[in-house]
Amino acid sequence: MRGKGLGVRGKSRAVAQYFFLAACVIGLSHSPALAQTSLTPPQDVRAFDTPSDGGGSLTVIWSPASYDSAAAKYQVLLSEGTTVPDPAAMKVVAEFPANQRYVRESKWPWWTKPATGEQHQFTLRNGRGVELKNGAAYSITVAVVLNDDRVIATPVQATPQPNWMNWNQMNNLLLAFLFGGIVFYAIGTARKREIFLRRIPGLDAVDEAIGRATELGKPILYLTGAHDMSDPSTIAAAVILGRVAKRTAAYGTDLLVPHRDPITMAVCQEITKQAYLEAGKPDLYKDDSNFFITSDQFSYTAAVDGIMLRKKPAANFFMGHYFAEALLLTETGASTGAIQIAGTDADHQLPFFVTTCDYTLIGEELYAASAYLSREPVQVGTLRGQDIGKALILGVLGVGTVLATLGVMLDVQWPQLFLDIFKDVK
Amino acid sequence: MIFLRRQVPLLITLITGIVFAAQYYVPHPASEQMLTSVTKWLQIIGGFALVLGVSSLFHVHAVKIRRKEAGWGYSFVLYVGMLGTIAVGLWSNGKEAVDGTMTAFGWIYNFMMVPLQGTMFAILAFFIASAAYRSFRARSREAAVLLIAAVIVMMGRVPLGEYLIPLSGDLSQWILNVLNASVRRAILIGVSLGTVALSIKIIFGMERSYLGGGKE
Repeated sequence: MRGKGLGVRGKSRAVAQYFFLAACVIGLSHSPALAQTSLTPPQDVRAFDTPSDGGGSLTVIWSPASYDSAAAKYQVLLSEGTTVPDPAAMKVVAEFPANQRYVRESKWPWWTKPATGEQHQFTLRNGRGVELKNGAAYSITVAVVLNDDRVIATPVQATPQPNWMNWNQMNNLLLAFLFGGIVFYAIGTARKREIFLRRIPGLDAVDEAIGRATELGKPILYLTGAHDMSDPSTIAAAVILGRVAKRTAAYGTDLLVPHRDPITMAVCQEITKQAYLEAGKPDLYKDDSNFFITSDQFSYTAAVDGIMLRKKPAANFFMGHYFAEALLLTETGASTGAIQIAGTDADHQLPFFVTTCDYTLIGEELYAASAYLSREPVQVGTLRGQDIGKALILGVLGVGTVLATLGVMLDVQWPQLFLDIFKDVK
Repeated sequence: MIFLRRQVPLLITLITGIVFAAQYYVPHPASEQMLTSVTKWLQIIGGFALVLGVSSLFHVHAVKIRRKEAGWGYSFVLYVGMLGTIAVGLWSNGKEAVDGTMTAFGWIYNFMMVPLQGTMFAILAFFIASAAYRSFRARSREAAVLLIAAVIVMMGRVPLGEYLIPLSGDLSQWILNVLNASVRRAILIGVSLGTVALSIKIIFGMERSYLGGGKE
């Protein structure tokens, strides 16, 4: 028992020694002499115009120091002009713990990173008491604060200015060119030889739906979606309308196209007129087949529901982009017993279309419809280009998953170089 | 004429398409200013186009009333409603309230338009129920999978459901975060590529059927 522990006196001596030692350490750490020797000004301070931006921003970079910790704080100081009589009088525009704000935490991709990852970095932007004028010179520096001590680095000068190129998005541009090249190559291939297109039941059913409407002597209702002509889904819907109108002209079936946007209406009138001309039935064309209702979402929905219930179209086409009105329209259409074909890129409305329509063109099939119906080499080639693009993305997803896993398992940074290329591609 | 109807629009499409695709990569304020200006132009053109739309609406319903077509009474109601609202709007200077007091125009909007819109939106709940009833009948293997997934998700999203079947919470999260999210992303990738491909076709004049007027 004796050898295993200290007696009461022994314990109190040990406690006293511990407190004495702790007091010495605390006392020494508060000594000005030690603080002055350990606290050096931030080293290698560089300031420059933030690259790839619209101006009104400066970036400052400096080296890490031995005192980097949550206890110490960095201050970023700013003043107008190139001369600074007293750096201590400069305005403090930012303050943060010294173990934060590293280049590695920034959103810059590796090809535009201005320094290595372990360097400190702070970007000053207009707002929150800071106003940086483009073309005006500023002095900027960094101070470190530990307890009551503050040491300031020598100020450096920088001038914010707007840039003409966002180099951070070069990966995006590169991939856009790559995909564009693939599409043009695929179009060239499609002109030389026939390309297989898989069946799209929704588009095969177009003829069936129009035929049924013709037999029943009822009209066809075609909607182009909620967006205007600036949206690709509306353009795709308008292109398909041309094909549908050609068939309705050939069969002599009535076509009703209610619109939410007047410009879309004007465009669709032209498309429909041309389709009737191409079908050799210009006399059957009616200007009123395309008509405007309202831009208001639910007023439009109520009006179209009314048309469905009164005129009982034999086939309803819902192409383009839709919001909450999707189910209100399709469920009403289903209650009238019409054949319903939908095509949308609105992923959040797809479940409603799938459950209430006979056929649904899912996402990209809306864009493929034009190629499928026309079989023109340019259109089919574009589809092949899209497929190659998808295969490429699938491959990148696989390789990226392996690289990211390797990066974590081996605790290395090099996989990030590859992952960055495909990061933030919008 | 064919030059004005075909070549000029295609040339405008080519130039503006390339310029505004490039604009995305140019952060300079001049580039932002150009985008803002063009957006304003679009709004102005849209405003003028509204005249086209309203004249179409008047024409269609005037024909219905004149011919006494089936349901012409609704067209009459539309005329009364539209002209009445325009008259009241002009009388109220287009203001919904003056000095905190609601104008007649504001009254029409708040006590007619908003409740009617709310009513239409509320119908959605009943339509969801009827659509779900039709879709969830397990008539095929796919419908059965849909039914099971829907039941699990519904149970997991409702406190009582999760209380009755504790596993349903985690399972529904897994269905939403893994199965659902991955499929949605796959669809979005396809949509994005389709959008880019269509844009390329339009910019370079390969897709021109949206212009009407044939291929030449």
